[in-house]
Amino acid sequence: MAGVLRHLARQALLLALVALAVFLLMKASPVDPVDAYLGPAIAHVGPEQKAQIAAAWGLDRPTHEQFLAWAGHVLRGDLGQSTSYNAPVAQVMADRIKASLALTGLAWLLSGIFGFALGCWAAAQAGTWVDRTIRVYCYLLAATPTFWLALLLMMAFSVGLGWTPICCAGPIGVPPGQVSLWQKLHHLILPLVALTLFGVAQIALHTRVKLIEVLQSDYVLLARAQGATAWDIVIHHGIRNAALPALTVTMASVGEIFGGSILAEQVFAWPGLGRATVEAGMKGDLPLLLAIALLTTLIVSTGNRIADLLQARVDPRMGGA
Amino acid sequence: MLNVENLGIGFSRYTGLLRQEEMTRLSGVSFDLCEGEVLAVIGGSGAGKSLLAHALLGLLPPNATLRGTMSFRGRSMTPYPASLRGRRIALMAQQVSHLDPLARLGAQTRWAARRTGAAKVPDLQTLGLGPETCRLYPGQLSGGMARRALFALAGVGQPDLLIADEPTAGLDPENRDRLLALLQAHAHRGGAVILITHDLMPALPVADRVMILDEGHMCGFESSRDFKGDGMALTSPYAHALWRALPENAFLTDA
Repeated sequence: MAGVLRHLARQALLLALVALAVFLLMKASPVDPVDAYLGPAIAHVGPEQKAQIAAAWGLDRPTHEQFLAWAGHVLRGDLGQSTSYNAPVAQVMADRIKASLALTGLAWLLSGIFGFALGCWAAAQAGTWVDRTIRVYCYLLAATPTFWLALLLMMAFSVGLGWTPICCAGPIGVPPGQVSLWQKLHHLILPLVALTLFGVAQIALHTRVKLIEVLQSDYVLLARAQGATAWDIVIHHGIRNAALPALTVTMASVGEIFGGSILAEQVFAWPGLGRATVEAGMKGDLPLLLAIALLTTLIVSTGNRIADLLQARVDPRMGGA
Repeated sequence: MLNVENLGIGFSRYTGLLRQEEMTRLSGVSFDLCEGEVLAVIGGSGAGKSLLAHALLGLLPPNATLRGTMSFRGRSMTPYPASLRGRRIALMAQQVSHLDPLARLGAQTRWAARRTGAAKVPDLQTLGLGPETCRLYPGQLSGGMARRALFALAGVGQPDLLIADEPTAGLDPENRDRLLALLQAHAHRGGAVILITHDLMPALPVADRVMILDEGHMCGFESSRDFKGDGMALTSPYAHALWRALPENAFLTDA
């Protein structure tokens, strides 16, 4: 019980610090929210009107008052008004979270599964050409920026071959409600591939190293002396001992996948949270940016917490907390 | 049962980008082993004792080269017949690290039974390990319990030859003697035991013969009865010096 309370207190402190950091960074940014909001219309607006908009948004108040006012609203469950989308933040996020979950969540899941499988395969064949191919592939991908990979994929499959659509989550001009499941999948596939390819590398490399370590252990030697086949060893000893570290890496990679999704969503014009983040940053939309930052913090820290709990539950050496 | 003729093991390693060099780690090992016999293999660290065990189990790494001949019941062991491992020749491992830390002991005994094609899962109770032991993880076993569990695992496939690699290291005298008695019982039932150890004294009462390895060379084959008194009955100078240097024999090093 005390552990749970301590964890909740730490979680709250983490969220508060992240919010403060994002707030201060945005205040230090040269983007003026009112100018960004007006866009080209700025030519028709005088300084008095701009001051009126700023006053309506509360931007004329001292910085610390702005932060405390925002924090007070958040604690009461009001995330505020998005200036770039001209809608409540909660609604902007609700509209986008499904698209984001479909893309980021699936990419995370697939990269975990494929990464683990590839890592196991490479380790089981360590030193052979299979291992070398997988390793080179992983190094290459780990060194490739996501947006560049996304652009390459798009040039190849959307522009060159014409197999996949060039943007968005549905055909242009069709209201979101009327997009069929097939069309949705068709639009999802390329961003999903880009993001999954990006996530696989790390998990595969981690799994490979861990499994090689396992395969050189004393207990695998004894298993071999008992006449166990390579498959038997990988299934009974390898996966059991390599799964936990792989799971921890997978949980920790949530943040990276989300970071990658910001770039991938931008390239594919995918209407998810990642693209909203860029929009909010460019337009100085503080309430939206803060809300997204808090949500991401919550997801990443919860992911790590789950990994810790699982580790303690599965590994008897951790005391079965 | 087992016949080893002029066994040698070398490892090739790269000394430059392309130049390979072979390092000999074991050479000139020859011996016969019969039913009912316990052969003690004595030597310091790096003498090649464990290497010999791995060679007899066909578990040398790919960069090792094997010279000489080994045969088991008249059948050549090169290439290594997979049907020997675990079933005819079994390894009794040394440390608790030879048990998978994330699997319960019960599961590991079942796996061992399946791998060796044993009809039944070994009975741990005869070794003083109660049914509750099966639910324990290796980290929860005491040193003596772990060693008895490893003995049980080695015996699953009812092997003819048991290779015990340092089975008594780190055990208190009571547990040590208990384990040595188990090994001796295996030989009395018509099996054979290769007892690898660096500790000569406790091994003498159970061993019939003693093979001495030093830095990869076989430098003596003695009857364990000859290790007595001033050691004059011992045939090799090395064995003689080893015997006289023991704490029980006044640490004589200039003999």
